[in-house]
Amino acid sequence: MKPENRRSEVAHSLPERESALAELSTDPSSRKRFLKMMGGGGAAALAMVVAACGDEKDKGTSSQPASGGAEKSGGGKGDLEIVNYALTLEYLEAAFYKDVAGSGLFKGADLETIKQFGDQEQQHVEALEATVKKLGGKPAAKPKTEFPLEDAKKVLQTAADVENLGAAAYLGQADKIESKEVLAAALSIHTVEARHAAALNTLLGKPNTPDGAFAKPASMDEVLSKVKPFIVG
Amino acid sequence: MADSQLASPELSGVEIHGMSRGAFIMRGALVTGAVYGGGMVAPFVRQAIAQSGGGDVDIVNFALTLEYLEAEFYKQGEKLGLSGDVSKLAKQFGDEEQQHVEALSATVEKLGGKAAAKPKFTFPIKDEKSFLKLAVTLEDTGVSAYNGAAPAIESKEVLAAAGSIVQIEARHAAAIRLARKDNPSPDAFDKPLDEEKVLEAVKPLIKS
Repeated sequence: MKPENRRSEVAHSLPERESALAELSTDPSSRKRFLKMMGGGGAAALAMVVAACGDEKDKGTSSQPASGGAEKSGGGKGDLEIVNYALTLEYLEAAFYKDVAGSGLFKGADLETIKQFGDQEQQHVEALEATVKKLGGKPAAKPKTEFPLEDAKKVLQTAADVENLGAAAYLGQADKIESKEVLAAALSIHTVEARHAAALNTLLGKPNTPDGAFAKPASMDEVLSKVKPFIVG
Repeated sequence: MADSQLASPELSGVEIHGMSRGAFIMRGALVTGAVYGGGMVAPFVRQAIAQSGGGDVDIVNFALTLEYLEAEFYKQGEKLGLSGDVSKLAKQFGDEEQQHVEALSATVEKLGGKAAAKPKFTFPIKDEKSFLKLAVTLEDTGVSAYNGAAPAIESKEVLAAAGSIVQIEARHAAAIRLARKDNPSPDAFDKPLDEEKVLEAVKPLIKS
């Protein structure tokens, strides 16, 4: 596909982006639609995950694993939702790098970096799909995405934004994952997102650790509202 | 073993003088990293921690020992007369590692434990080139060590703190790799692919 075609497609579809998933972060019924797109889960399970995300204030009292019984009964379902959420983000990242690599905006070393990061996101997609199946679930449907690809600098900034958000998204789920195996997998992806984020920030002349010495997590709601503009269906 | 057979010979020159459990595991991690590469220490750390069976206090004290090492490394690196950008990174990273030291010391005490003493370290660095090379390996080692240890953490709060720190280690690793014109993200997963092989080979280190 010629880069010009891709760009005009993006421009053409811009108005649609406003309506699709526009209410996701604030409207519970939209959140249910997102859940359906993620596949496999019930609205109740996502509601549980979302509720857990918004429940940071109470965390201090539950630092000891006193809720062992609840973890045993509800853990698997929660992990499945979290992995499908991560999978959705990885689909988005992989699609983004693919579009960028095909845009004709980058050459040489920059193009190689973009291809390499994109390839790594695709490997995350495959690993997470396999994890969902191992947990007995159905992998989330791949969202339809559109990204603004007007100029190289802005595209790099979008890449950095998405990677920093991705790292924060994994960090936001780490203490909610019940299975040690799933946690180990998520952590091994989390630090790769962080490497991508730091590398892109460096290329843009921005701080490699924008949060300082301690990275900040992002909740599912926060992440979904930020990726919403890129999802068209 | 001859240097030419080691994945990261620079790690074999790092010395840790201390008797704490954390210092012991850290020495094993460095040997594993020297033989297999800094990114390969996760299975060793996981196994060593399982072996010690000490729970969150032991894990946090191990992380604290790692942060002592990194903070001291950057402090000594700054004395080498590094060039502009590298000097800036060393100062920034040293400061951030020191903040990790303080946070982890506080965490150990909050858990009712006693913070591990700071061991004495010796680093084989003599110029900017050797500094950068070891910095990359140490940061990759740090990422791998945290990722190996974190799943064994029981407290959700401690796990969240460890996650927040390991992300910074990964960012340091990428930035210092770029400063060295290395690939900032050499693998799709920050974990060893041939984990079983590494585990088999490092068994003697875990038991000694």
